[in-house]
Amino acid sequence: MDAVNGELKAVKADLSLDLKGLLCPIPVVKMAQAIKTVPIAGIIEATATDPGVMADIPAWCRTTGQKLLSMERRDKVIRFVVQRVK
Amino acid sequence: MAVLTAPALETAGEPTTGNKATLVVLSGDMDKIFAAFTIATGAAASGMETTMFFTFWGLQAVRKPVRTGRSLFGRMLSLFLKDINGIGPSKLNMGGLGRWMFKKMMKAHNAATLPELRQAAIDLGVRMLACQTSLEVMEFSRDDLIDEAQEIVGVAALMELAAQSKFTLFI
Repeated sequence: MDAVNGELKAVKADLSLDLKGLLCPIPVVKMAQAIKTVPIAGIIEATATDPGVMADIPAWCRTTGQKLLSMERRDKVIRFVVQRVK
Repeated sequence: MAVLTAPALETAGEPTTGNKATLVVLSGDMDKIFAAFTIATGAAASGMETTMFFTFWGLQAVRKPVRTGRSLFGRMLSLFLKDINGIGPSKLNMGGLGRWMFKKMMKAHNAATLPELRQAAIDLGVRMLACQTSLEVMEFSRDDLIDEAQEIVGVAALMELAAQSKFTLFI
């Protein structure tokens, strides 16, 4: 994985998801399906291009009780890291 | 005399509210069905126990592409009803041209199609109910509906769900 983002600490992801090009509600649907496949404390890193993801993924983490470790947008690509809490 | 025992004499009921969402889908327009499945999948993905109740025009979203009806009117109605691939938008359908255009545009922008959204809802465990009275009036049988939507209920079952839900939408 690309951990060469300077300030970002390198986290080892259990699963990498490519959500680029997908529109609402599919990124959230894919996250809901993917989170069940990693163990508790497991980590999913994902990339997406739908700008709605910037609001949706933090909201999804709050409603489902998962932890958003990081989220950053570079040009059109949004990269975020979620840890499964429950 | 034979004594019938109801399977569910239990009336204590479930807790009054749960983390539930209920959607009543009356409309059969492409745009409204799109909204209904988007919200239902979103609710299910957010951990809510989600139910969709399909009634009247909305039944087209869970109808198989089959001929229905028994009476003359029932069979005539069947000619105008669609399945999930055939329904058009509530505005600008222009005899099917609008449907074609929206499908093209949705594909161009990589939005999920209606059948894909419905499948996502099924995969996420969204419960799909069909309205008993609508089925009777429109002359559909249970087998005319997709396998996942063959649970037939009435308004009291819907009210129980609605009372337990954090929100209920009528689309």
